[in-house]
Amino acid sequence: MSRFRTYRTEGVVIRQMPLGEADRILTLCSPDMGKVRAVAKGVRRAKSRLGGHLELLNRTSVSVAIGRNLDTISEAYAISTFGGIRDDLQRVSRGLYVAELVDCFSFEGNGNHAMYSLLLGTLHRLESGNNLAMLTRWFEMRLLECSGYLPELMHCVECRNWLEPADHLFASESGGALCQDCRVSSSGALIPLPLNTMKTLRFVQREAVFDKLERLSVPAHIQQDMERLMRTYIRHIVEREVKSAEFVNQTNN
Amino acid sequence: MTTDGAPAAAPVARLADEFSKLPGIGPKTAQRLTYYLVRMPEEEARALAEAIVAVKERIVLCGVCYNITETDPCVVCANPRRDRTRICVVEEALDVLALERTNTYQGMYHVLHGVISPMNGVGPDDLRIRPLLDRLHGNDIEEVILATNPNLEGEATSMYIQQLIAPLGVRITRPARGLPVGGDLEYADEVTLGRAIEGRQEF
Repeated sequence: MSRFRTYRTEGVVIRQMPLGEADRILTLCSPDMGKVRAVAKGVRRAKSRLGGHLELLNRTSVSVAIGRNLDTISEAYAISTFGGIRDDLQRVSRGLYVAELVDCFSFEGNGNHAMYSLLLGTLHRLESGNNLAMLTRWFEMRLLECSGYLPELMHCVECRNWLEPADHLFASESGGALCQDCRVSSSGALIPLPLNTMKTLRFVQREAVFDKLERLSVPAHIQQDMERLMRTYIRHIVEREVKSAEFVNQTNN
Repeated sequence: MTTDGAPAAAPVARLADEFSKLPGIGPKTAQRLTYYLVRMPEEEARALAEAIVAVKERIVLCGVCYNITETDPCVVCANPRRDRTRICVVEEALDVLALERTNTYQGMYHVLHGVISPMNGVGPDDLRIRPLLDRLHGNDIEEVILATNPNLEGEATSMYIQQLIAPLGVRITRPARGLPVGGDLEYADEVTLGRAIEGRQEF
């Protein structure tokens, strides 16, 4: 254990759990320490001076006192509260989905600067940007990239041959597309990957910044194909249902 | 054996186990409570046991507002002097108690029994939102006050309900947000302080 009794860091609050009378256990995603879990005392009281700074999705600078079991937040100051997200149900639901995914893909004591700046960038876009469905796909793709799960969409994952411009299938287990020759021998669940969906996903994969994608208008069926593919692939990786996806659907009809 | 492995008489261990199922009570607290009960006069222990049984046997949810009550409808819903044109929507039955303590609100309530919490798998269908919509049809309701907690999930719940009932043409309000009594301005976060300034009133 560190010989210092407190440490300072910043992070985005990605999860909250009530604890005891008026406390909460918070999960923060921080750039240098990965996931940080700490108790925030008294934050459910109306007069709490920490409470407002430690809301879900806030970017907050914190002082944390190391405890025997759980650490305790002693000071907090909100750097950004992403107010534009909070006042719009579609943005809130997507913000919570983003937070849950970051929770799934990050680890305690294992900082990931790329993931942190992706999280901040996405929340910033969610505040006032357009094309929220595309933003969500772009976020998923970049998150998979900085976690080492970027899907293979250029070559067949079995035979490594260049994928012909045609309809293919996506194999979550192998993490990429299968050519028409290889699909016969493959086991496991396959997701349809029509040509135009594949092309759009390649575009999403190529764009390191969201600007061009924000202006890209894509037919509804391709949007749905992409969403289904990413959700199924992510479910396969994290080995559970991403619960907030349901609420995104309920608020974006 | 108790939860932490030390030998103890079976009834003691059993009670400690039951206590440790309660929220906020770990194995040590459970043991402490158990040994306190062992030394307690029998009639006091019996009163506690009866009180526990009574909440399970006699308490029901009000058929109108879903508040926790002994009678159905509850005292608020049965009271003819309450203002029946206003419904205050709250997350938990405890919030009704808090609002009643203010002696300021004279309308009716509706308890949702939870808040939309997508990450924990709680969606709108898990709350008592549908019965609220049913109440709004043909009951001459003039105002719905969305008094969910002023945090992200509470606000999301209010926005969701607001979207559902906006077409009905009912007046939809929510409690003012601002500085707590006895608080310090410098410690207020920007959202609270911003809303407090927006909602300032004539002095």
